[in-house]
Amino acid sequence: MSTANSSNSSTPYSALIATEKGAPFALTEAERHEIEHAIHHYEDPRAASIDALKIVQKNHRWVPDGAIALIAELLDISAADVEGVATFYNRIYRQPVGRHVILVCDSIGCFLTGFDELYAALQSKLAIQPGQTTSDDRFTLLPICCLGACDRGPVLMIDDNTHFNVSPSNLDQVLEQYA
Amino acid sequence: MSSNVNVGLTNVSPETHPLTWRYTQAGKAVLDIQDYEKLEGYSALKKAFTGMQPADVQAEVKASNLRGRGGAGFPTGVKWSLIPMGPDAGQKYLVCNADEMEPGTFKDRMLMEELPHQLVEAMAVSAFAIGASKGFIFLRGEYILAAERLNAAIEQAKAAGYLGDNILGSGFNFELFVHTGAGRYICGEETALINSLEGRRANPRTKPPFPQLAGAWGKPTIVNNVETLMNIPPILVRGAEWFKGLSQGKSPDAGTKMYGISGRAKLTGLWELPIGTSARELLYTHGGGMADGLDLTCWLPGGASTDFLMPEHLDLPMDYDTIMKAGSRMGTALIMVVDNKQNIISVVRNLEQFFARESCGWCTPCRDGLPWTVKILQAIEQGEGEPGDIETLQQLTRFLGPGKTFCAHAPGAMEPLQSALKYFPDAFAQGIRADA
Repeated sequence: MSTANSSNSSTPYSALIATEKGAPFALTEAERHEIEHAIHHYEDPRAASIDALKIVQKNHRWVPDGAIALIAELLDISAADVEGVATFYNRIYRQPVGRHVILVCDSIGCFLTGFDELYAALQSKLAIQPGQTTSDDRFTLLPICCLGACDRGPVLMIDDNTHFNVSPSNLDQVLEQYA
Repeated sequence: MSSNVNVGLTNVSPETHPLTWRYTQAGKAVLDIQDYEKLEGYSALKKAFTGMQPADVQAEVKASNLRGRGGAGFPTGVKWSLIPMGPDAGQKYLVCNADEMEPGTFKDRMLMEELPHQLVEAMAVSAFAIGASKGFIFLRGEYILAAERLNAAIEQAKAAGYLGDNILGSGFNFELFVHTGAGRYICGEETALINSLEGRRANPRTKPPFPQLAGAWGKPTIVNNVETLMNIPPILVRGAEWFKGLSQGKSPDAGTKMYGISGRAKLTGLWELPIGTSARELLYTHGGGMADGLDLTCWLPGGASTDFLMPEHLDLPMDYDTIMKAGSRMGTALIMVVDNKQNIISVVRNLEQFFARESCGWCTPCRDGLPWTVKILQAIEQGEGEPGDIETLQQLTRFLGPGKTFCAHAPGAMEPLQSALKYFPDAFAQGIRADA
């Protein structure tokens, strides 16, 4: 790495990161285009960092290491800055997740209406702890702060869908919608 | 499935319910621009852009006595008046805080999902008033439907000439974008929100300088809540005096308020009522009281970061100053009722776990004090509190209180704790080990 860094014409930093990990990562043309489009909304390319991470995550479910460096290049900021943003926000995943992510609201509105029972039922049904993914890669279980539907709690989100008034008794009907 | 809105209210009209009358009259979301226009939609924008100067709009809003509906209650007209005006003011921004994450709060979701055009119109006229040529709706990433509907509304408004260059021949340009977040409660703090909008970690910024002078990208920026902004078009159409009269003498504050109920009440949902309506009227007249077999132990007037109030406070008018005098804050005015089957220590523990996790980690009292608070509460919850734990909690409410931290996160977290210590000393005492 020390020799490659001294040359400004050869391998870019991002490619080194990607190959060091043994998993070459490249942004697709569409991803690159989408990120460049997002940059135009703001005064400064850095502002598109969260958009860029979300664009990658939409296609890969998570943000692989190589993407961090490529996004940094595209936005002309350091990879450390992109990583700092990626690790700050709880909806950016820096580890692989399952095909569907279950976000369970654990804030007070849902706590008052049965969160504990729902969370326990989810963990026993899926046989995982919060933060884990089922062995068939189907679900990842995560807690999330108030989803803004306290009048219809307990609430959870699976992928882009919000499910209201979820309880251990109707949980199966909710989960079976996700293969 | 939508929230219950205005259940049981009759005579919902533009004169009495400026925020929700369109939804209630239509009986559904008003998504199409033509449907919105048929219901007086964009009439405030036409009035402002064809007959008013920015200073006129500012003056009307100031005269209306509108106060910020995001929780702090700061007068909107005063906030606006701090932004530089005139030909040399340069680039300015209007940002809508639509990062609704305060536990117990679900009003902005409803307003944006059902009435997206009212927010678009509100942003255009507000941007005109402060001279901002660019606006962002900072929307939490989980509000998928709101994002779709706002983006569709923006496209329709652009096509109709209500956004873009030289709006209605006024010479004023305004571009509006929806920026969706990636989580973290702290983004709702105005300066953390600006950092997040700039693509940075959402740590709060030092104040001063206030965003009105140096906000997004160092430029003058106004950040207003969704509900606050959506009051602006009706104020322009019907006038400041009409707006002040909406509280019907229940409060010196002006306008209506989106009130709500969550917890184990008979009916939960949202009601647009005169500001100053009492929690008793809200809970018992509109919400039907507590669910069968349950009694009210205490209630949070407006979110997780407000002090608990007791049943004896139910008759107070729910407005900023009255609730403040009672030792709490109106906050978002969506009340959460705690019933007698709940363990109050567990309720407080849940609240503090939320704040501990959502601390951005920037300053030490918040980053370290909140997990410490949680640890003590967990011990007390399990009957394993040590002698001195209650005193430590009391000390933490001071060390994490106003003035000790970088932003209002930790002081907000201390509000439910300090009030629980005040109202339920026995519950805490029972959690201290007897054999210690």
